[in-house]
Amino acid sequence: MISELLINAFLVTIMLSIAIALIKTRTVIFTVILTSAYSLVAALMFITLDAVDVAFTEASVGAGISTILFLAAMAYLPKKEEKSISSEFIPALSCVILGGILIWCSFDLPEIGQLTAPIHQHIAPEYIKGSKEDIGIPNIVTSVLASYRGYDTFGETIVVFTAGVAVLALLEKKNTTKKNKSQPKQKIKKNA
Amino acid sequence: MHNNPILRISTKILFAPIILFGLYVQFHGDFGPGGGFQAGVIVASAFILYSLVFGIEAGKKLFPTNVNLILLALGGIVYGGVGIVSMILGDEFLAYNILGSSPQSGQHIGILLVEFGVGLTVSNVMIALFNAFASYDKVKEK
Repeated sequence: MISELLINAFLVTIMLSIAIALIKTRTVIFTVILTSAYSLVAALMFITLDAVDVAFTEASVGAGISTILFLAAMAYLPKKEEKSISSEFIPALSCVILGGILIWCSFDLPEIGQLTAPIHQHIAPEYIKGSKEDIGIPNIVTSVLASYRGYDTFGETIVVFTAGVAVLALLEKKNTTKKNKSQPKQKIKKNA
Repeated sequence: MHNNPILRISTKILFAPIILFGLYVQFHGDFGPGGGFQAGVIVASAFILYSLVFGIEAGKKLFPTNVNLILLALGGIVYGGVGIVSMILGDEFLAYNILGSSPQSGQHIGILLVEFGVGLTVSNVMIALFNAFASYDKVKEK
């Protein structure tokens, strides 16, 4: 019990210090690296909550591939962030108020792991029983993701596909318009 | 980065084990943590690592863009196709029980195929995004 508390306190302290460093930094590459580090600590947090699948996703997607994609996109950004906010008072105030409301609401949440919480009473027991008997797969997360909630995962896959195609279309269009612009110029030069 | 021997050799050593780990995560998702989303990202990271170290042109030679785009769409088709097959066999869309001899083996086959579709789409979207950003012309329209 005490070791769990120590680990959680340690992780929260690291997360908080990364978040403060994120606010302070104005260099884009540090922002990307710090976001990646934040994701990695969040993955450790999920492991302490016994959510191994979520931790795995957070580590591979949040800390891994999104960092690489951010770095690839960063090449087209200015190196330093412009300081455009004139007054820092109103954003800070709204953050404090929103954070206060969220902390206030968190007191109404049931304790973590409490069996009588509504979330554990709805359809979760059916899934836990059915995963063993109907599907025969030890990993309940996979059976919920791919079988019980197969429609949702289908939608997710289509969302990933659509997002990828949209980004490709955006970047591709720029390339072709540039080629179209540059081609007539070359022809003019040749004619001249 | 082409001339750095440490990066080149370590990439060559790491490339196959990363893909092997990705396949393990993909097909072991029924029994341990993992599944299509994580496996797709891991497999994509191997190809992105190759492109980062050896250059984007070498990466495109290793994994051609048209194959990438076809596989990107194929993942969704595999997922939807499993649903269509289960409909043709006389059950509901994405009801896997009918795919195998017993309901449990049907569920196994269905989940395996569906996760494979997810992994295919995710990995190819990631590779395509990286390629698009890396080969995007840096000169802006001014």
